[in-house]
Amino acid sequence: MALDPTLVGRSYPPSAVYEVGREKIAEFAAAIGETDPVHRDADAARAAGHPDVIAPPTFAIVLTLSAAGVVVEDPDVDLDYSRVVHGEQRFTHHRPIRAGDRLVATPVIEAVRSVAGNDLLTTRVDVATETGEPVCAATSMLVARGAS
Amino acid sequence: MRAADVAVGTELPERSYPVTRADLVRYAGASGDFNPIHWNDRTATDVGLPGVIAHGMLTMALAARAVTAWTGDPAALVEYHVRFGRPVVVPDDDAGATVTVRGKVGAVGDGGRVRVDLTVTSGGEKVLSLARATVQLA
Repeated sequence: MALDPTLVGRSYPPSAVYEVGREKIAEFAAAIGETDPVHRDADAARAAGHPDVIAPPTFAIVLTLSAAGVVVEDPDVDLDYSRVVHGEQRFTHHRPIRAGDRLVATPVIEAVRSVAGNDLLTTRVDVATETGEPVCAATSMLVARGAS
Repeated sequence: MRAADVAVGTELPERSYPVTRADLVRYAGASGDFNPIHWNDRTATDVGLPGVIAHGMLTMALAARAVTAWTGDPAALVEYHVRFGRPVVVPDDDAGATVTVRGKVGAVGDGGRVRVDLTVTSGGEKVLSLARATVQLA
């Protein structure tokens, strides 16, 4: 079943505020094996010019994965999630996410396509502070493999 | 790394990262992605996979480590795009899988913006079919 092309541009309300904690950043850095002190030592981060510890470049997925869930739950988005794989991922950073950030994530459907019987859904989640400073955008392309 | 020190064709040091089942559990907890294909063989094989596979986002994070280790500054990575080609199958043993990252400067733009083209493999096969990072160098 092809996705409705009029879904392109549909946006969703901003998420609840996600408060970024030092311990969460340290936990994420440890999980990817990253040992740079700017992720766990506030003094090292300040020495590198940051107000507090900064998150590794793919940390935003912690917020954006759940934020994109509202697209998944939209009854108009007819995608067979049992057949979905993650096709592509992009991050665009305006500045690093850092401890103390109070972030909101706003999803929008960027593209829908049908290729060789597969449905492709591209969502973009814009991440900003609650006062509106843009921080990053995470674009995910999901592929629902057609029934074989 | 400074913009003046790089040119198109400059190669990044090759880096290899081990990925064990324990790493997948740790990444699941840290990221919030608890999809059982990343920790349960039964689920993985039920959906047609050869076995438990690594989170694509973990592979993406490891490839970013190779870039930020090269730049020396994790904040330098401003744009990062990957296409997931082939899963990283992680066997249930002490060695696990290995993700190997090679990189080469593909473009040098104005103001120190440098595009790095990455080749990311596991078991000799490309696991990311496209992986590009743009870094802002001083």
